[in-house]
Amino acid sequence: MVQVMERTRERAGLKQTAAPAVPDVRPLVYDTKLLNLWYGNHHALKNIDLPIRENEVTAIIGPSGCGKSTYIKTLNRMVELVDDVRTSGEILYRSRNIFDRNYPVEELRTRVGMVFQKPNPFPKSIYDNVAYGPRIHGIRNRQILDEIVEKSLRGAAIWDEVKDRLNTNAYSLSGGQQQRICIARALAIEPDVILMDEPTSALDPISTLKVEELVQELREDYSIVIVTHNMQQAARISDRTAFFLSGEVVEFDETDKMFSNPEHKRTEDYISGRFG
Amino acid sequence: MRITEKPPARVLIDREAVAGRMGFRKAVNAAFSVLFLSATLLALLVLGVLFYRIVSQGFGHLSPAFFENFASRMPEKAGVKAALVGSLWLMAVVAPVSLILGIGTAVYLEEYAKKNRLNDFIRMNISNLAGVPSVVFGLLGLTIFVRALALGNSILAAGFTMSLLILPVIIVAAQEAIRSVPRELREASYGMGATKWQTIIRVVLPGAVPGILTGSILALSRAIGETAPLIVIGVPVIIQFLPAGVLDTFTALPMQIYDWAKRPQAAFQEVASAGIIVLLALLLAMNSVAVLIRNKFQKRY
Repeated sequence: MVQVMERTRERAGLKQTAAPAVPDVRPLVYDTKLLNLWYGNHHALKNIDLPIRENEVTAIIGPSGCGKSTYIKTLNRMVELVDDVRTSGEILYRSRNIFDRNYPVEELRTRVGMVFQKPNPFPKSIYDNVAYGPRIHGIRNRQILDEIVEKSLRGAAIWDEVKDRLNTNAYSLSGGQQQRICIARALAIEPDVILMDEPTSALDPISTLKVEELVQELREDYSIVIVTHNMQQAARISDRTAFFLSGEVVEFDETDKMFSNPEHKRTEDYISGRFG
Repeated sequence: MRITEKPPARVLIDREAVAGRMGFRKAVNAAFSVLFLSATLLALLVLGVLFYRIVSQGFGHLSPAFFENFASRMPEKAGVKAALVGSLWLMAVVAPVSLILGIGTAVYLEEYAKKNRLNDFIRMNISNLAGVPSVVFGLLGLTIFVRALALGNSILAAGFTMSLLILPVIIVAAQEAIRSVPRELREASYGMGATKWQTIIRVVLPGAVPGILTGSILALSRAIGETAPLIVIGVPVIIQFLPAGVLDTFTALPMQIYDWAKRPQAAFQEVASAGIIVLLALLLAMNSVAVLIRNKFQKRY
């Protein structure tokens, strides 16, 4: 408990000097075991072993084409939308293998929300965007929907900006606002985990900052996996970082340790900007 | 004099020669714009002449009586009633049949079908079907609907034949409209646990409707003007009653016009022109609806 508070205080400050020990005791949300993935003949993920823990931000970094997006899309099986994908190994979500033949993928995706690289609101009103998830899960009660929409928009720190125009089209918002609407849309299904695939790569610095602050707040209630090509971002907002290279996890450690004292030469080269 | 290794920056292009050629380049440019403009004007001119001829010849014959009379041996008594009502009946069969089959096929091909040789083969052949002459579809309809299914020369048989004829066009248009809905929107929907059907009905089709409707209405207006398949399946011309149901026989506007136009009496040419005006008005109305839908509902992503 003390450790956690210390950590929080440290986050609030600007610098992260001393590496605070992140306890390994938090329960596992995801456990990836010997995951391999092929697109046709292309071996995109090789023997991935990666635990993801509750109420932590796990960052995945690496150069383009290293498999980081593929990995995060495997966590909710979105990767299967691509034709000709094969996998081996297992991903345990709350101790159950998501590749099991009879695992209901729709249910997995209601427990695991996703925010994408490009803001992708529906061409509908802000309200309908956020209410989309609950509606497809059969919630019709207007009162409950109203509450979900407000709660989710507040959760995504955009309620004050849009509360007076919930019925306007989400396309009329700025890119940064659209992305927070998408985060609100993901929160509306009351997920357990939020997967973020480079959520700030299409945003300007101020919008990026807002989303990063939001991620910090969301950590209190959700487990977050975030793919980013911005190493400073990973250093700023994550508890643990995994460094992917050519489909392999080169290093996985507490973020502070990884950025101050990486174990592998390739990690050091990458985070110091020597390649990638 | 100082010797430098770097060559002078401006030496290879002869400015005067370039200036000299300028006039010729501009003339060629102007010539081509005139060429393209006259191509457009020629098409417009032909349309204009057609319009003028039809309207000047047939307008006098347009009267309330023209819409109230059945076909007749006497040109002054000949009316378009049976044909107009028959065409509307035909549309009532063609529109639902071709839309349901066409959109269904497009949704299957775009959203459900895996990428494999069989499906590529199907896709390719649908495009090929769009190029098959309408008279061939008439023969198909004659064999299957009129004879094998014993529907005779009824509205239903003609409607099914016409549906087959425009189906490829509708499928291709709907496929393109469905494909134009960004993949990111589907991903957003699937990412929240939506099933394929929910994603299709809530995200894909609403985004694709303007494109689908525009393409479909243009295809339907082609069906309303087609004559060849109707001739092949033996649709009669002289009908003195209105069809009471889809199994009745009927006649349609293009059939009626064809019949009037081939009669020897000069007066029937006027009647034919009046019929053409009615058909053109119907076509223009349908096309305007298509344009209206496109302008009003087209979404930009």
